[in-house]
Amino acid sequence: MTSLSYNAVMERKGEIVKRAVGIDYQQFERDGIAFDYELMMKEAGYSLEEIQAIQSETGVGNTPLYELKNLTELVRRMSPSGKGGRIFVKDEAANPGGSFKARRAAVSVYQASKLGYKGVMAATSGNYGAAVASQAAMRNLKCIIVQEVFDSSGLGQPEILEKGRACEAYGAEVVQLSVGPELFYQFLALLEETGYFNASLYTPFGIAGVETLGYELAEQAQSQAGKKPDAVVVTHAGGGNVTGTARGLIKAGCKDTQVIGASVDLAGLHMASDTDFNKKSFTTGHTGFGVPFATWPDRADVPRNAARPLRYLDRYVTVTQGEAFYVTELLAQLEGLERGPAGNTSLAAALSIAKELDREQVLVVQETEYTGAGKHPLSQLNFAKSQGIVVRKGDPRENIPGREIVIPTSPNQIGAVEVELDKLRRSYLRKALAEADSTKLTEGELKFLAEEVNSSPKYVKNFVRGEVDNEA
Amino acid sequence: MNQATAGDWVQIFNVVLNPEERATIIPDETKKVPLTMMVKGFMVTERASLGDVVKIRTVTDRVVKGELVSINPGYDISYGRPLKELLTIGSEARRFLAGGGKG
Repeated sequence: MTSLSYNAVMERKGEIVKRAVGIDYQQFERDGIAFDYELMMKEAGYSLEEIQAIQSETGVGNTPLYELKNLTELVRRMSPSGKGGRIFVKDEAANPGGSFKARRAAVSVYQASKLGYKGVMAATSGNYGAAVASQAAMRNLKCIIVQEVFDSSGLGQPEILEKGRACEAYGAEVVQLSVGPELFYQFLALLEETGYFNASLYTPFGIAGVETLGYELAEQAQSQAGKKPDAVVVTHAGGGNVTGTARGLIKAGCKDTQVIGASVDLAGLHMASDTDFNKKSFTTGHTGFGVPFATWPDRADVPRNAARPLRYLDRYVTVTQGEAFYVTELLAQLEGLERGPAGNTSLAAALSIAKELDREQVLVVQETEYTGAGKHPLSQLNFAKSQGIVVRKGDPRENIPGREIVIPTSPNQIGAVEVELDKLRRSYLRKALAEADSTKLTEGELKFLAEEVNSSPKYVKNFVRGEVDNEA
Repeated sequence: MNQATAGDWVQIFNVVLNPEERATIIPDETKKVPLTMMVKGFMVTERASLGDVVKIRTVTDRVVKGELVSINPGYDISYGRPLKELLTIGSEARRFLAGGGKG
């Protein structure tokens, strides 16, 4: 009998994953550490037209783009004369399953069905679970969602418990785990046991599924505002939202649109810590995913991650938990849209960034997510209080992740904080070069690394020289 | 309700990895506790009490064995009470809009 021990299962990882996603990633590998990203997206993914057809079969996409007139006016009241861009939001909560993740799930579940799998699985504590479960229900496939949901005392995180409830509502089996990255071991063991398809968030077709989001919002901005967006703010966690949206924008001809990532700042809280787990008042859209997935995308559950945000980010900012809860209230009270807090991370950043734009410029917040008991400012803040976290009104700059959530007293206090992208680029290169002989990089490897960090081979060469000097 | 019979919707608990079997690169507080799992399904075992080891059939037709921890498990998430830190945000923002931004 095949051993189910941790080490034995992890050793079979390569073959389990290959069987469960139906992609031979080896064909895209090139010299040394390089691989052909665009070839992978082309060969293993789908064209924009194909994705649109697949998504329309299950009612995914074509969500409304709303102009947030009151919030725009609010921003203009705080801006210098002539400043305060028009803010629009793409209401992705209108997708089946309640989030933009339906776009990824639609293509993954289609793929699973096409390849003849009997069921799909996903390892996710986020909105992706409900998205996969909903799509699986439509295509008559079985579905298992594996979640990290409770700490060692059995206390569940309300935001994740709600997402689990939604998965069950769509007919999925939810396997709930305590804190720890070994979730992946359990996931692999279940893939092996069931023979289901791994609806990974990070396959080429999953990421291609998000391209329609960028494409649609560009077209809608053109028809509703009379121009392509000047800036698009994307909530950034695992990198797929940034990557897919940016690729869709490029396909819509938006060469000058700034792609801005935004995450909730959770600095200081460890993602694999049993004791920090329930001190996080956001379980997605935060820096705990945003930074590691930008600086090392191949940590994912497939050999080569199709989400590679450093290739596409023009700018990356953080907001505090208090600011995200605050704008969630503003969106409900001033715009009549009650949506989930995590999806509003990019909206919080947008209220700050719109002040820099001219009045005629267009800024699109590219998602919302559904809300409900558990994933709602009231639930999340009441839970935070029960965990000993101080919730108070004040200056959001005094927010301390895991200790104090400070709700702004005025919209003027919302201020997105810049993350130095160059620091993330250097961090990526350090990790990539740890697996290579940096003194003997081939032209192919240099070109690959330059593309990975959206820079030039010269930048990479200079970095390598700097590193060598540092070590000497 | 401490007794369940076959066909009841229940939740079971299992230890997946004991502390000594856990991955090496995780924080100490996580490493000293086991990795555990909970799954729901219809009980296959004829009759059992909380704490007994039972078999269940999940909605994907998997049969899983584990300790019976809940019978007809609930969804206990709620919104909770209104919070004073949020209650005035809407009216403050409307005043800000009406007053030309001097909030």
